[in-house]
Amino acid sequence: MSAATTSNRNLELVGFALVALLIMVVLPLSLDIFRLNLVGKYLTYAFVAVGLVLCWGYTGILSLGQGVFFGLGGYCMAMFLKLEASSVANTKIQSTPGIPDFMDWNQLTELPLYWIPFKSLPFALLAVVLVPTIAAFIVGVAMFKRRVGGVYFAIITQAMAAVMTILIIGRQGYTGGINGMTDLRTLWGWDIRTDHAKYILYFVCCGSLLATMLIGRFVLASKLGRILVAVRDKEDRVRFSGYDVANFKVFVFCLASAMAAVGGAMFTLQVGFMSPSFVGIVPSIEMVIFCAVGGRHSLVGAVVGALAVNWAKTAFSESFPQLWLFAMGGLFIAVVLLFPRGLAGLFTDQIMPLFGKLGRGRGTMAPSPAPAE
Amino acid sequence: MASNTDFLLALEGVSVSFDGFKAVNELSLYIDKGELRVIIGPNGAGKTTVLDLICGRTKLTEGSIKFKDQEITGLKEQNIVKLGIGRKFQTPSIYEDLTVFENLEISYPRGRDVVGALFWKRTSEITDRVREIARTIFLEDHLDRLAETLSHGQKQWLEIGMLLIQDPELLMLDEPVAGMSVSERAKTAELLKEVIKNRSVIVIEHDMKFVESIAHRVTVLHQGKVLAEGDMATVQANPKVKEVYLGH
Repeated sequence: MSAATTSNRNLELVGFALVALLIMVVLPLSLDIFRLNLVGKYLTYAFVAVGLVLCWGYTGILSLGQGVFFGLGGYCMAMFLKLEASSVANTKIQSTPGIPDFMDWNQLTELPLYWIPFKSLPFALLAVVLVPTIAAFIVGVAMFKRRVGGVYFAIITQAMAAVMTILIIGRQGYTGGINGMTDLRTLWGWDIRTDHAKYILYFVCCGSLLATMLIGRFVLASKLGRILVAVRDKEDRVRFSGYDVANFKVFVFCLASAMAAVGGAMFTLQVGFMSPSFVGIVPSIEMVIFCAVGGRHSLVGAVVGALAVNWAKTAFSESFPQLWLFAMGGLFIAVVLLFPRGLAGLFTDQIMPLFGKLGRGRGTMAPSPAPAE
Repeated sequence: MASNTDFLLALEGVSVSFDGFKAVNELSLYIDKGELRVIIGPNGAGKTTVLDLICGRTKLTEGSIKFKDQEITGLKEQNIVKLGIGRKFQTPSIYEDLTVFENLEISYPRGRDVVGALFWKRTSEITDRVREIARTIFLEDHLDRLAETLSHGQKQWLEIGMLLIQDPELLMLDEPVAGMSVSERAKTAELLKEVIKNRSVIVIEHDMKFVESIAHRVTVLHQGKVLAEGDMATVQANPKVKEVYLGH
């Protein structure tokens, strides 16, 4: 199509390549394994941010409950790892050997029925993606078919995050409660706690993140991507052009949730535990902030945002632990007021013009309504 | 009253009330194939509500709406569209963040489910059709422009084009010339003459000059009821119509 669009697409490919170079080459060469593992953890949030670009940035559906899907993915992975770590040999001091330690502490004497399939790795990997997607599908159908949207949808997803946390904490015999699932050791006999394993898991994480971005790219470049923008803009017009708008919203919400879930599973593998503190309202909102700071209309921006905010969080909280929350709040206000299209928007609007007249046509996506959609 | 007819669209005894207020009251309206019907009436007469009822945006309280002898009350909006009813909104309703080309492409009546949209291929057949429509609506040279940069009149034309590309049997236009300049109005009248070939059209309009230039038959609505119906001269001569509407 137009020259502007083409150069913009090229610009995005350059962005993809730069991110790939940064996370696959530059960071592994310049950081020690402790720091690299931290970056790996930040990148797991980037999965959620990429999903939010599709769901929030392009379709205008603000979900304040992505932590739920991140958590579901993470917990599905953790259930497998926990079962493997709870072999009879490892747990012979328990009153019921062979079940996870927290079950034993809570007087459970046998493995609950729904835990049993998680002994199989293929099942667990499938569940990582399917359980959160099915959950998102149910919520999506219930909301979007009834035309619940905007602020009401955001509030309901936030309530979902609260419910999920309470559920996990309350049912500690089945979920590990507030401590989460800890002391995860091996993946099919392979120790995930060694430095070597951490390196490999880091690269697996990078690879899946890049694949996730490419899937996002594919969706956004298709006609479906343009329909999502159209839904954000004039939902009624889309409906009166013969589309079932709810189906498209359910699709993008499920896709965003599946992406968040893969991030959650990568988190569990790299950090070595999963707990409700990554599921609730606060982490869910933080994930929206990563996306907003990076630029909610840019897949590359979302990854950069997740990296930048988390890096700042670590740096800040190492030196000024009490100040971090204020800095985070200030950052969000600054994004909304000063650069509503995030770092990506700042880049295409302010920095690109300095490099000559390259691709100023359409920006990453045209200017759009206020972030608090 | 549920009779089979030759009409393209038949509204019979249609009422709708919002919290007890009857916006449309026992309304019957019949549209022939190939007819251009203009609905006029003072503000609050229920004109837009009638269009909302036909396209399924508002649910009727009682009565029946038949399109090609098929009852369409209770159908989902997108299914009514698929039967061949297109609707233009009062304010230009287009996708501002997409280009003119993309606006028209999305409106092309294929690949309207999730899978079809995801694996959509932009064939030459589609490109040709988009160009053809763009020519009709005077936007041939603006295909790559973002829709938000169009003038108000051009946005109205674009929305008409988005309906034309679906080739509906019944086209409903809500104030298509509102806010247009004199020259844009003349062009729109020309466009509508093109548009009404091979299809029925319902137009809501306030501009009497414009109505005179296009209408076959005119229906005057007042307080949710049909006050008068007929050709423009008959309606204008009707004393009741003069009283409520034209005589101001």
